[in-house]
Amino acid sequence: MPIALKISKLCKIYDNKLSALKSIDLQVSQGDFFALLGSNGAGKTTAIGIICGLLNKTSGRIEVLGFDQDLQTNQVKKLIGLMPQEFNFNPFEPIEEILLNQAGYYGISRSKSKPNAEILLKKMQLWSKRFDMAKSLSGGMKRRLMLARALIHQPKILILDEPTAGVDVEIRHSMWAYLQTLNQQGMTIILTTHYLEEAESLCRNIAILNEGKVVEQTSMNKLLAKISQQTLILESLEVLPKQINVDFGIKILDENSFEITLESGLNLNLVMEKLSAQGVNISYVRSSKNRLETLFLNLTGKN
Amino acid sequence: MWIAYKTIVIKEILRFSRIWVQTIFPPIITTSLYLLIFGGLMGERIGRMQEVDYLHFIIPGIILMTVIQNAYANTVASFFLAKFNHSIEELLVSPVSHWVILLGYISGGVARGFAVGLGVFAAVSFFVDFTINNIFITFTIFLLTAILFSLAGFINAVFAKSFDDISIVPTFILLPMIYLGGMFYSIDILPEFWQELSKFNPIYYMVDAFRLGFLGSSNSDLSTSILVLLLMIFILAVVAFYLLKRGINIKA
Repeated sequence: MPIALKISKLCKIYDNKLSALKSIDLQVSQGDFFALLGSNGAGKTTAIGIICGLLNKTSGRIEVLGFDQDLQTNQVKKLIGLMPQEFNFNPFEPIEEILLNQAGYYGISRSKSKPNAEILLKKMQLWSKRFDMAKSLSGGMKRRLMLARALIHQPKILILDEPTAGVDVEIRHSMWAYLQTLNQQGMTIILTTHYLEEAESLCRNIAILNEGKVVEQTSMNKLLAKISQQTLILESLEVLPKQINVDFGIKILDENSFEITLESGLNLNLVMEKLSAQGVNISYVRSSKNRLETLFLNLTGKN
Repeated sequence: MWIAYKTIVIKEILRFSRIWVQTIFPPIITTSLYLLIFGGLMGERIGRMQEVDYLHFIIPGIILMTVIQNAYANTVASFFLAKFNHSIEELLVSPVSHWVILLGYISGGVARGFAVGLGVFAAVSFFVDFTINNIFITFTIFLLTAILFSLAGFINAVFAKSFDDISIVPTFILLPMIYLGGMFYSIDILPEFWQELSKFNPIYYMVDAFRLGFLGSSNSDLSTSILVLLLMIFILAVVAFYLLKRGINIKA
């Protein structure tokens, strides 16, 4: 698979001597849906800022679809669409103007960008508000506006920094579906998020940053396969018996629910069989912790 | 590049046009009051200056003052706000060259200077009967002055970290320089020492040359005024471009 983004030995030391990136190497394939995870201050936003030209790097090399960022800066910028974490538009501009201006900066005339702006604003359910000032939009609408703006010049690579923060569940799911469609159409998507289930359900590959270093870069499946145990919460509609005699550990949470830890050699079918034999009927099963969350905390040493 | 430049200029023009009550209208009212008080009421007592009556003498200076203040105010406010609300990032992520960004903001400043200057000119024409002696000189000096102070406003915006920082220079540096640059008087009336000192004030050359365009008479040579303007534009343009290219106070 051709490489969409290649980062080699990227370092960033801020003026206050904070070393935000410590020689990171990263590779994202074309057409990938890639998660870049890390806790606050891990260096995700710094890395994105450098890739997109918002921050100066200290050293290192970035290539985007074969173009060197230092030598072919404008070609690189044309290929990338960025949806940043913070709102970064003029709140006193009408929202359609924001899109048309952004297209103009990429050399696309108003007459050419207007139809695309209409499609994007309709997709983001903002068309009826196109003449409104951006400041009048809700938090979720502002995020959708930034997504539309990131797509107005039809980039090959879309970088999303916390795209669904503050967005309600319904809109979040519609955004996920839209992003998946874009990815299926061939767009490479790089995502940072604090919602780990978002990364787990959307992304095929993942890198985890911790304190300015890449501590893991692999496929989502391989990473999740590393989980040796998983904690589940089982709930019954009936009151649980006082004594449950099974050969695996259980932790009673209340009179209707308890927690079990699935380890290798123990699968859910077996658990259900044994519980049924004890007269325990399970109505709901849910994960105590998100699987990726557990791994993430282990890898970043914060568990 | 042309489309990007046009986009920035249109955005800038729309920005100050949307808030015309704050940007276009007040200078017209202020300058009309200047003319009424200094020219109309006090002018008759002052008499003639540089061989014209006082009212006609101060008109070019007052128009140029509004051009200077508004060209400066437009770039300093617009670029600082773009930094403040991070909308400058829209430009930084896109393939717009630094020259185009600078040229776009400067053109926005010139456009506002022109709009306000024209508005003041129209208001003045309503009260006073006068003609422009040389439209070419008048327009050239207007254009160069507007470019120069748009650049100065841009540099101020780059360094500004708070709203206070964008008002310090116009209030404590620009305004005294304008008032002491011969806007209300001819430097002929000053003692020799102050006459010589006034010649270190670049605004003196601009007001004097602009007055030449309007009235046909001036204290200094036109070519000196144009040279001073061009030299200062060159210096400020190089500084502004350097600041933008290095991303000083824009990119960490």
